[in-house]
Amino acid sequence: MAEMQVELVAVERKVWSGTAEFVFARTAVGEIGILPRHEPLIAQLVEAGMVRIDPTDGESVRAAVFGGFLSMDGEKLTILAEEAELADEIDVSAAQQARDSANEEDAEGRASKARAEARLAAAGQD
Amino acid sequence: MAAQLRVLRRRIRSSRNIAQITKAQETVATSRISKAQARVENSRPYAEEFTNVLAQAAKAAATDHPLLVAREEVSRVAVLVITSDRGLCGGYNANILRTAQRRMAEIQEAGQEPVLYVIGRKGRDYFAFRGTEPAQSWTGFSELPFYENAVEVADALAAAFMTGGQDTVSRPDDDDDAGLRVPEGAEGLGGVDEVHLIYTQFTNMLSQTVTSRQIAPLSLEELEEGREESDSDSGSESSGQGGEYLFEPEAEQLFDVLLPKYLRTRVFAALLDAAASESAARRRAMKAATDNANELIDDLTREANQARQAQITQEISEIVGGANALAGSGE
Repeated sequence: MAEMQVELVAVERKVWSGTAEFVFARTAVGEIGILPRHEPLIAQLVEAGMVRIDPTDGESVRAAVFGGFLSMDGEKLTILAEEAELADEIDVSAAQQARDSANEEDAEGRASKARAEARLAAAGQD
Repeated sequence: MAAQLRVLRRRIRSSRNIAQITKAQETVATSRISKAQARVENSRPYAEEFTNVLAQAAKAAATDHPLLVAREEVSRVAVLVITSDRGLCGGYNANILRTAQRRMAEIQEAGQEPVLYVIGRKGRDYFAFRGTEPAQSWTGFSELPFYENAVEVADALAAAFMTGGQDTVSRPDDDDDAGLRVPEGAEGLGGVDEVHLIYTQFTNMLSQTVTSRQIAPLSLEELEEGREESDSDSGSESSGQGGEYLFEPEAEQLFDVLLPKYLRTRVFAALLDAAASESAARRRAMKAATDNANELIDDLTREANQARQAQITQEISEIVGGANALAGSGE
């Protein structure tokens, strides 16, 4: 089975790295699934979104990624994010509360709702 | 005599208090350095990968995005100076401010107008005292900078830079332009054509050097250098198949987003370096102060002992003299 090197790097720490068979992400243009030996690509991710990494062995890893973009150079996929949280680091109840209380009238409220939704998607609580 | 002894004892006591305080400051600074150093280390993968990606993207896209191309006519130059909020750190601020003054004089000599941006209370007060009002200043996070702080600063600089030296910064009509955010407070300020950064680079515990860098427009050569360094560090071959890159969205739009982010990364890295340097400088200054105080205590103690000894000797000789006199008169 083909595999690729994947690194998920946030501003202050390396969040996850390893080999994977498949990575799912949402770019500014649309959803994308990346397999090993994908064409070289640089893509901007949505401001707040969920990224799923299926490692070569083990369970798939989900993370909420904020202000990120990804770069695939053929063998190695790098996801760079201003902030990233792995599924088990996410405070689900806080995110739920944030989603429900967000005010959708203004841009700030919509952004915080998007962030909360990304967190919930990563935590597997839609 | 007794008065002199009392004065000496009082000076010993106050020196001891000073030593205690400076010792505490030294300990705090020491623990901060290792934390700050760890943050510098932890932020490195992101900065390296970012530089990597940007260099590849810039090469592949062959774009003439304004952040990548040097302006033909430079009229205003932004200088971002990173100083500390608190003193008690020896020559840390003085060194930075000296370099900043020199840099600004150079810019003026070249017939350009320097525009000052300041981080840290010390720097702000220094320039305010000299009547050079900074365009913008930020305080309160020099010892413990967060990414949000860097975002605030870098976005203001990016906004000024994208506006250009001829105009003033204004909020774009299209508010959903994700690439460029104009922070409050940046509006109405004059734009700039170049951005320079002056901060203290943390090399190790003993050596920190004031560094002056141009961060915008970015030079691709510098990107390449940074890339090679990071490549040799990780020991990885310059991978990639040399193939054409796909960009999502289009390269132009992507650069609108990437380049301001790159500025944030640069400013954040500089803030972390500066924070580590500040703690190192403070530790050194406080160690020197503690050593001096201890030396002073030793000297004063010696003097006090001498005074005490002299006092006792005098008392004895007075008693002996008195006894002799009494014995002489009783005969």
